[in-house]
Amino acid sequence: MSKQSGGIIGWIDDRLPIVSFWEDHLSKYYAPKNFNFWYFFGSLALLVLVLQIVTGVFLTMHYKPDAELAFASVEYIMRDVEWGWLIRYMHSTGASAFFVVIYLHMLRGLMYGSFKEPRELIWLFGMMIYLCLMAEAFMGYLLPWGQMSYWGAQVIVNLFGTIPYIGEDLAVWIRGDYVVSDATLNRFFALHVVAVPIVLLGLVLAHIAALHTVGSNNPDGIDIKKNKDANGVPVDGIPFHPYYTVKDIVGIVVFLFIFSLVVFFAPEMGGYFLEHANFEPANPLATPEHIAPVWYFTPFYTVLRAIPNPFFGVVAMGAAVVILFFLPWIDKNKVRSIRYRSFLYKVNLAVFLVAFVWLGYLGMQAVTPMASQMALRLSEVYFIFFAILGIYSTRRTAAYYLFWFVAMVAIITAYDVFRNNADIAALTWKTWAIPVGYLFVTLVLAAFTNLDQDKPVPERVTG
Amino acid sequence: MSEHEIDTGRRKMLTVSASVVGAVGGAAALVPFVSTMSPSAKALAAGAPVEVDISKLEVGQKIQVEWRRKPVWIVRRSQEMISALGEVESKLRDPDSEALDMQPAFARNANRSLKPEVLVLVGICTHLGCSPTFRPELAPADLGADWKGGFYCPCHGSLFDISGRVYKNVPANNNLEVPPYKYLSDNVLLIGELDEEQGAV
Repeated sequence: MSKQSGGIIGWIDDRLPIVSFWEDHLSKYYAPKNFNFWYFFGSLALLVLVLQIVTGVFLTMHYKPDAELAFASVEYIMRDVEWGWLIRYMHSTGASAFFVVIYLHMLRGLMYGSFKEPRELIWLFGMMIYLCLMAEAFMGYLLPWGQMSYWGAQVIVNLFGTIPYIGEDLAVWIRGDYVVSDATLNRFFALHVVAVPIVLLGLVLAHIAALHTVGSNNPDGIDIKKNKDANGVPVDGIPFHPYYTVKDIVGIVVFLFIFSLVVFFAPEMGGYFLEHANFEPANPLATPEHIAPVWYFTPFYTVLRAIPNPFFGVVAMGAAVVILFFLPWIDKNKVRSIRYRSFLYKVNLAVFLVAFVWLGYLGMQAVTPMASQMALRLSEVYFIFFAILGIYSTRRTAAYYLFWFVAMVAIITAYDVFRNNADIAALTWKTWAIPVGYLFVTLVLAAFTNLDQDKPVPERVTG
Repeated sequence: MSEHEIDTGRRKMLTVSASVVGAVGGAAALVPFVSTMSPSAKALAAGAPVEVDISKLEVGQKIQVEWRRKPVWIVRRSQEMISALGEVESKLRDPDSEALDMQPAFARNANRSLKPEVLVLVGICTHLGCSPTFRPELAPADLGADWKGGFYCPCHGSLFDISGRVYKNVPANNNLEVPPYKYLSDNVLLIGELDEEQGAV
C-alpha cells in the first residue's frame, strides 16, 4: 500500500498505516449506490455524539456536582458564563436530538432488514449503544438537580427496589444513601462524564468496524458484493468518499438548521425537552404534581405502568427493550427490505409504529382508567408485533396461522379474566378488540388470502 | 526430557492455575470498588433517630418531619376519621397490613399506630417513591363521592386511606410504611427507634 513513498504522508505511512486506513474506510469503501433519505441518520448520530462530547466538556468547566451547588451552577452557566446558555441548550437539545436520530436510524434498520444475517453483530452493538445512551440521558438529567431531575431519578432507582429480596439493598447501593442525595449526584456525574462515554465510544468503534467488515445494507436489501467487476469492485457500489461524504454534508446542513431552530427558539420545546418543574431546585420533601420522564423514555414507561404489579411492570419494561436485541433471531425471513415484503408485513410494521408513538404519548399523560387500559392494550400490540415477525419468517400453512391466532387470543383473554373486576369490566372488554383485531388482520387474513406473500427480489439494486 | 520437547501438560496446568489465581485476585480487587458505592459513614450517621414534639399538633392536622431524609408524616386523626377506617375496608388490598415486613408489629391493624389518634407514616409511595398528598376532605370532586379521606399519589394515581392502607386496583401494592417509633413522653415522639416491648420490626 505504501506506493506513496516520500513526503510527510509517506514518512508517517511507513510507521502508521494511514493511507490504507483512509482507503479501507473512505475512498475505497464501496457502499451501495442506492442509499436514500433513511441513510442520513448514521452519520448524523456520529455528529450529535461529537456535539454532546464537545458541549459536555465545556459545561464541565463550570458545573459543580454537589447537591448544594449544582442547581445554582447550572443557572450560573445560563446567566453569567459568556455564551454559557448556548452551550447548555446545545447539550440539552442534543440529548433529544440524539434520540430522534437514533430512533429513525433504528427504524431504518427495521424497514430494510439491516439487522439480518450477516449484520447481527452490528445490530447488537447498536442496541448496546442505545442502552448506553439511555443511561447517559438518565444520569445526565439528574445533574441540574431540579425537581424533575430529583424525582425522576427517585422513580427510576426505585425500579431496582422492586426486585424481590435484593431490590432494596441494590437501590441503596445505587444511590449510596437511603434517598437520592449528594452521593447519588456525585456518582451520576462521574458515570455520565467519564465512564459511560468511554464505553460508548468503544461501542461506536465496534459498530462501525463490524459494519465495514460486512458492508452496508441498502433500501433493496440486496447483497452488492455478489456482483463484482474485474477489479473486484461491486458493480452497484460507489466509494463512500467523495459520494456519500458529500451526501451526508447535505444531511448535516439540514439537520443543523432544524437543530438551531430548536436551540435558539424553543430550547425547552414546550416542556418536552426540558420539563417545567426542573426550573425549581430539588426538594426531597415535596413531589411535583405530575412526574413524567422525558419523551424518549415514555414508550417504555407506559409499558411499566400498564402492569399493576411493580416487579412484573419492571420485567415487562425490561423485556420491551431486551426483545429488540433478539430481532435478528426473531425475523428470519430471507427478504430483507420492506420493498419486497408482503402487504401484511407492512401492516404489521405500521401498527407497531403507531403503537410505539401512542405508548410514548400515554407516558406523558396522567393516569386515567381509560389511559391505563390503552397502555396495556398497546403494550400487548408492542409484543405481538415481534411474535408476528417471527411467524412471518416464512410462509406458513393456514392451520399454523390459525393456531397462533387462537393461542394468542386465549392468552390475552385469560389475562383479562384474571385481572378483571367490576370497576373496569366495560373498558376491559371494549379495548379487548384492539389486540384481537390486530391478530385477526395479521393472522386470519394471512391464513385465507395471499396478502402474506413476499415479492420476488431483483438481482441488482434499483434506482 | 530433551531441550526442545514441549511439556503440554505442564504448560496447561500453569496456564490454568495462573488464570484461576488471576481471576480470584481480580474479583477480590472489585470488593473495594463496589464497596465505595455503599452508603458512607456520614450517610449512615444521618440516619439517626429524630425527636418530635407533637403537643401543638391539632386535630386533622398533618406535620412532616425528616428522618433518613425521607418525609415522615404525623397526623392527629379525629374520631370521625378513626371510625371511618372500618367503612373502607372492603376496598383495601391489605386492610390488616399483613404483607409488609418493614413495619412494627403494632401497625398490623386498622389504626396502624401506637395511639389510635396519632398516625405516623413514611410519606413515600410504595409504588415508586413519590410523596403522596394529604387529602383528608370527604368526597372531593376529583376522588369521588366515596372518598373518606386519606392520601393520593399524584405520580401514578395510587390511593391510601387515612391509615395509609392501599386501595385495590392502584399501582402501589403495599400499604405505606410505618417507621419504627416510640413515645418518650405523652407528647414527644422518637422516630427511628422502637420500644423494646412493642415488638420487633
